[in-house]
Amino acid sequence: MTNTLHRFGNAESFRDDYVVFAIASRGKNEQDAVPKLKKFLQIARGFNPVNLGDARHGGALRPSHSMNPLSHWSREITPDFEAVIAGLDTTTTAAAVFDNRAAAEDFVNAIKQADLGLSVNISTSIDGAEQCCDSANLCRHSVGYSLGFEGKTEHLANEDVLKLATMCGHGMVSASMAKKMIDWVKEGRRTPEQAASYLTRFCSCGVFNPSRGKRILEEARTRTK
Amino acid sequence: MKIDPNKCVACGNCTYVCPMGAIYIDPVIKRATVNATECVECYACFNGLSQEHLNPTMVRTMRKLFQWMRLRFDPEPDVCPTAAFAPDELSWPRVVRRAFSDPRVPHESTGVEGRGTEEVKTNDVSGRVKVGEVGFTIEFGRPGVGVWFRDMQKMCRALAEAGVSFEKKNPVTSLMSDVSTGTIREDIQNEKVLSAIVEIKVPVERTEEIIRLVWKVEKEIDTVVAIGVGTRCDENGEDPVVGPILERLGYKLERAKTNIGLGRITNVIAEKIAAEAVRQ
Repeated sequence: MTNTLHRFGNAESFRDDYVVFAIASRGKNEQDAVPKLKKFLQIARGFNPVNLGDARHGGALRPSHSMNPLSHWSREITPDFEAVIAGLDTTTTAAAVFDNRAAAEDFVNAIKQADLGLSVNISTSIDGAEQCCDSANLCRHSVGYSLGFEGKTEHLANEDVLKLATMCGHGMVSASMAKKMIDWVKEGRRTPEQAASYLTRFCSCGVFNPSRGKRILEEARTRTK
Repeated sequence: MKIDPNKCVACGNCTYVCPMGAIYIDPVIKRATVNATECVECYACFNGLSQEHLNPTMVRTMRKLFQWMRLRFDPEPDVCPTAAFAPDELSWPRVVRRAFSDPRVPHESTGVEGRGTEEVKTNDVSGRVKVGEVGFTIEFGRPGVGVWFRDMQKMCRALAEAGVSFEKKNPVTSLMSDVSTGTIREDIQNEKVLSAIVEIKVPVERTEEIIRLVWKVEKEIDTVVAIGVGTRCDENGEDPVVGPILERLGYKLERAKTNIGLGRITNVIAEKIAAEAVRQ
């Protein structure tokens, strides 16, 4: 899931961003993976995640294709974790997002005990992942480093926009929408929490971190550049 | 992707959500319009926007009234009020755009959603990158810039010339007409995708050489590049080799994806093959 690897920011900015995901390998362990992936999400549910998702159906906050116009005045921004767990019906990647290290550590420990047999990865700062492994008495098997963005970087947006937009590595959260949400928070048209929830709905595999998004939007509110 | 002009009310919400910026309000017809050349068929508009099914005439009348009164109304920014998006029936080669850009569509060649590759995230089961090897994921177009296959081919050819082999279970490799030269099929050269990953594996000694090669070629391509470097840790869970090479090259390593080694082979046939290999 390289979609969680290249998040923009320094290690410190990932202090509230821990994505733990489970995946089966084709031809090796994808048979009977669905109940194991469900179990992965059910266990995660107990550690106060800020998002859960599967790569086929989406995250805990989803768009609706039959929206009631009256819902404009009472838009639901509470994630529906149970719907994610119930909806997982095919072999895919299941992800749980946490906004603090203690929860991520406890979850990794619980997943180790569950012994599902699926590959599990932690996507966060290098130190953060090492601490999760130490806490669960696990040795890192492999590591995939992000070297950041290079090439024609003049095409890229500013730092706050990049921090928001790259939380969906598949690119479903556009830079324009992230910029618009920063502007709306600056204008006082929406709260950071509401703005983060709009962005979360566009992430189609549920790895967008609305808690980090809220913090970035709050910080961007008073930034001058 | 198309937008039905009979339904569109030109609210402009969709112009912000397109990752490629390919949607605009046409000043002549006064409707949202998709720039088909730049659209990568990612379906972010169709899948990401919530949809209401309001009467277009009613919405247009209300908008005109508010406009005349100089009133700004405050609609939800992630809603298409009239469900105006109409996905096209895609055929070859345009369907390649969607396969690479819409993360919900699994790649036929690998069965994996997103960019279609497992890389080191299943390394504990697949053994794809072994001790002494380095797996590179060289991703083009991310974030939000996009890439043409003709541009990606420049990097593929340079890598092939350097004698590296491309990962077989990778969607870009499956679209090469000649893997030995890194040549991508002629009929998709002019297709644009949101992003795509070229995946290679080399002995650890070639790490610096490959990165310097990427640095050279990326200057000739009009997009951004995101490099991922995967390696197998030692028995203590440490990486005493690749990380230091990357830092010596000037990279500040901030984020990584860490495979914590909990996977195992459980498919019945694969289990038998693995057991047989150990026995021999």
